[in-house]
Amino acid sequence: MYQTTYHRASSVDEAVSLFGKSSEAKFLAGGQTLLPVMKQRLAAPSDVIDLARIKDLIGVEASGDTLTIKAATPHYDVATSDTAKKAIPALAYLASLIGDPAVRYRGTIGGSIANNDPAADYPAALLALGATVKTNKRSIPADDFFKGLFTTALEDGEIITAVSFPVPAKAGYEKMRHPASRFALTGVFVAQTKSGEVRVAATGASQNGVMRVPAIEAALKANWSPSAIDSVSIPASGLLADIHGTAEYRANLVKVMAQRAVAAAG
Amino acid sequence: MGVEGIGARVVRKEDKRFITGKGRYVDDIKLTGMSHAYFVRSPHAHAKVKGIDSSAALKMPGVVAVLTGKQLVDDKVGNLICGWAITSKDGSPMKMGAWPAMAPETVRFVGQAVAVVIAESKNLARDAAEAVVVDYEELPAVADMHAAIKAGAPQLHPEAPGNQVYDWVIGDEGATDAAFAKAANVVKLDVTNNRLAPNAMEPRAAIADYDAAEEHFTLYTTSQNPHVARLVLSAFYNIAPEHKLRVIAPDVGGGFGSKIFIYPEEMVALWASKKVGRPVKWTGDRTEAFLTDAHGRDHVTHAEMAFDANNKITGLKVKTYANFGAYMSLFSSSVPTYLYATLLSGQYNIPAIHAEVIGVYTNTTPVDAYRGAGRPEASYLIERLMETAARQLKVDPAQLRRTNFITQFPHQTPVIMAYDTGDFNASLDAAMKAIDYAGFPARKAKAKADGKLRGLGVSCYIEACGIAPSKAVGSLGAGVGLWESAEVRVNPVGTIEILTGSHSHGQGHETTFCQLVADRLGIPISQVSIVHGDTDKVQFGMGTYGSRSAAVGLTAILKAMEKMESKAKKIAAHALEASEADIVIENGEFKVTGTDKAIALPMVALAAYTAHNLPDGMEPGLKESAFYDPTNFTFPAGAYICELEVDPGTGKTSFVNFVAADDFGRLINPMIVEGQVHGGLVQGIGQALLEHAIYDANGQPVTASFMDYAMPRADDVPSFNLSHTTTLCPGNPLGIKGCGEAGAIGASAAVINAITDAIGKNNLEMPATPDRVWRTIHAA
Repeated sequence: MYQTTYHRASSVDEAVSLFGKSSEAKFLAGGQTLLPVMKQRLAAPSDVIDLARIKDLIGVEASGDTLTIKAATPHYDVATSDTAKKAIPALAYLASLIGDPAVRYRGTIGGSIANNDPAADYPAALLALGATVKTNKRSIPADDFFKGLFTTALEDGEIITAVSFPVPAKAGYEKMRHPASRFALTGVFVAQTKSGEVRVAATGASQNGVMRVPAIEAALKANWSPSAIDSVSIPASGLLADIHGTAEYRANLVKVMAQRAVAAAG
Repeated sequence: MGVEGIGARVVRKEDKRFITGKGRYVDDIKLTGMSHAYFVRSPHAHAKVKGIDSSAALKMPGVVAVLTGKQLVDDKVGNLICGWAITSKDGSPMKMGAWPAMAPETVRFVGQAVAVVIAESKNLARDAAEAVVVDYEELPAVADMHAAIKAGAPQLHPEAPGNQVYDWVIGDEGATDAAFAKAANVVKLDVTNNRLAPNAMEPRAAIADYDAAEEHFTLYTTSQNPHVARLVLSAFYNIAPEHKLRVIAPDVGGGFGSKIFIYPEEMVALWASKKVGRPVKWTGDRTEAFLTDAHGRDHVTHAEMAFDANNKITGLKVKTYANFGAYMSLFSSSVPTYLYATLLSGQYNIPAIHAEVIGVYTNTTPVDAYRGAGRPEASYLIERLMETAARQLKVDPAQLRRTNFITQFPHQTPVIMAYDTGDFNASLDAAMKAIDYAGFPARKAKAKADGKLRGLGVSCYIEACGIAPSKAVGSLGAGVGLWESAEVRVNPVGTIEILTGSHSHGQGHETTFCQLVADRLGIPISQVSIVHGDTDKVQFGMGTYGSRSAAVGLTAILKAMEKMESKAKKIAAHALEASEADIVIENGEFKVTGTDKAIALPMVALAAYTAHNLPDGMEPGLKESAFYDPTNFTFPAGAYICELEVDPGTGKTSFVNFVAADDFGRLINPMIVEGQVHGGLVQGIGQALLEHAIYDANGQPVTASFMDYAMPRADDVPSFNLSHTTTLCPGNPLGIKGCGEAGAIGASAAVINAITDAIGKNNLEMPATPDRVWRTIHAA
């Protein structure tokens, strides 16, 4: 009943082919979501297709004004990558805050955004930086990728191959850690593009998953400084509430984390 | 003392096997023909079990048997017991609801077992357990204590009307009322002591092996007290008589109290092993640990403290509601009574105390002793009260404590305990010096300029350890004596085995107990082995809990050593043709004092066993045993001061400093003591900031995994600044008080006192999560 067959794909094409041959296959990247769910017997895929050993899916590269992180790159590699730290230090910093060391050694950017946990860190960076998700079939702008809790624009069997980030003029990320899980109780990524656009995204806050925060974007567009956010009011309605944080607390965190992210961005 | 004697920082002997992965835990043991158990557990907090259909499960691959609660009843297996009888104020005995090891009719908490599948592997058993169809009729459930005692609340047990276990009192109500009538000031406080899940690193496990030819059982189990397990299993459950049951507790990966108790799983494993004719192994997983390991704490208390015009305490009134969960676990009844209310005098002269404790059943996991067991709840209450009083009376919190410290010993409190010795001013002095108490206002002002709220919190705890004088606890309702036993075996080659009834599951006994022997005989600890955790090897023992193993267990070893040394000296004197009174033991030799005549320990041992030339009438051999019953509790005490900052934007707490000045009496191994204090402090901080076992209104657990239940991590806690002020315990010859629980007892109040100082609001419940602190800061 809970038997599964493990496949180690050596290329994206092979992974796609294996997926097509299986009745209920799941792709495995870092296993930080899929494996716990399988252990709890809440998922029972017939086949597990491991993408994490595909060499073409691992690496961090900068080219011109674009930083590309390949999908199976573990968070630790991003956090410690000189290339990432030079191009978008806020993104490397975000990676250093994910989970704990064990999670960072295994978890991958592709796995994180494909799962689209409402409290995952990376979605905030993708949305705020206006990143593009590359798959084996197409390119998807971040604005079109995240579709609500645990839902993305990915089609069945589609594999994320990389995420490319336009290098911003300024960017910052701050996060209040969930005390137990170390997900984001609320995290806010702020970015000012080289063309002067301001984009702000919050994770861990909304009942609909990662979200843009237009009120803060407007305030920062007018005045890129922490104090510009002082007068912004974030409504608690529609925000998550649980034993670790009320909706009002998360509304406060959206503001406070945004201010600190702006301060960090400089 | 020698390099490895008492007081030496000897590296732990046991760490080689633990650090290299060579420990041998229950789950590491594999027996020939072993089968595996997986329990079918209730998803409901309260339900009737109308029927169990095992037919599909029995047809699944590898299934050996499916056994249910009804079969347990048919086989007359006894219900679980509570071993400490408490009497209510009206004279009636506590109300015990029957707790069968698997529920035949009614389940009363999520996770309660109703059936067990025995199969060829754990996964096959787990697969089949999903195919066991249990027909539940859901009943209304109640998880909140105050809701449970209201009229019309769902009733858990017919034996306990109103869900009340007992309504118990201690102290002199009339004298206390009189003190309050004359009080210049009264300070009032409501506090909740949050429910905790113990979370030992190793989950509970059991292997039962029935030998049909010998009609003999062997049980390998994760126990802090294997002899007590054998006693209770034999005396009450109709499974096996004591001489036909061997209990082995091998390496055990942490207990914190949760492995004292007898649980349904080991009872069922024993019974099932006989039924299926094969060894049965059960190893719990983390979810089962959250659902079924006895929880800790869970008190709600209203307290009032009366002061005279000179800020001297004149009286204390306490009313506590204690949540016991759905059933009374083995020692649960004693925790909020004799382990809690007897410590309500704290470190202070309080002439009159009255406390009432109401025990309540709810549809939650049973609650029992957890590191500190009642004493953390008492210490937290008193130290929160003292800080509240200092704020209300506008006096320095340290000075208010000094004004009220007990300084003359022995001191009889109004709540049974007679403190033997201590120096509370000395430990407070040490802690204040370590944290630079006088410099705090300047540091607070500087932090304020940086946008941070800085606070300082004091906690002066006292606990009763060295549990316990048997006669005393017997008079209070305990079902067992709490002495300890030891045996010293000197082998013919002079190496030594110490058999002890204490059980080491993280405490380092294999090192510290050897240090006593090294100290007395002047031999290296490598010549000494500690044997524990096996009822076939060790004659008897009461186990390890209540910081008792050094004060009671090691004293028993000392008594046995003295007997052995006395006999060895006679042999030495005979061999050296000297007077026994002139023999001294030094560096592993028996010497005639003032001469160069000596005989080495191995030669004395060999002489004892060859018996070729012993004094007339002496028995051969060199092996002595002793039973030691303490004359009083011991009273470790100390002062903890916490300095921290609160971020007003997020409510997040960051530690600046945490100092602990403890009086544990004599220290055997200061390094191990520091480790014990570190661990205890982290658990106390965990309770103060992070941990909370929560149920929703229907009794569904909300925090049954580490994704929701926040265990402290290394980066959640500060580096600790430890020191010791020592008054030797007069109650045992080594002067030991015990150190295992202090940190968990004293830390929580220091943290909450510091946060409430920082934010300028006194009412803050644990755990002080950032959300809760932020809301308290911004509350009207």
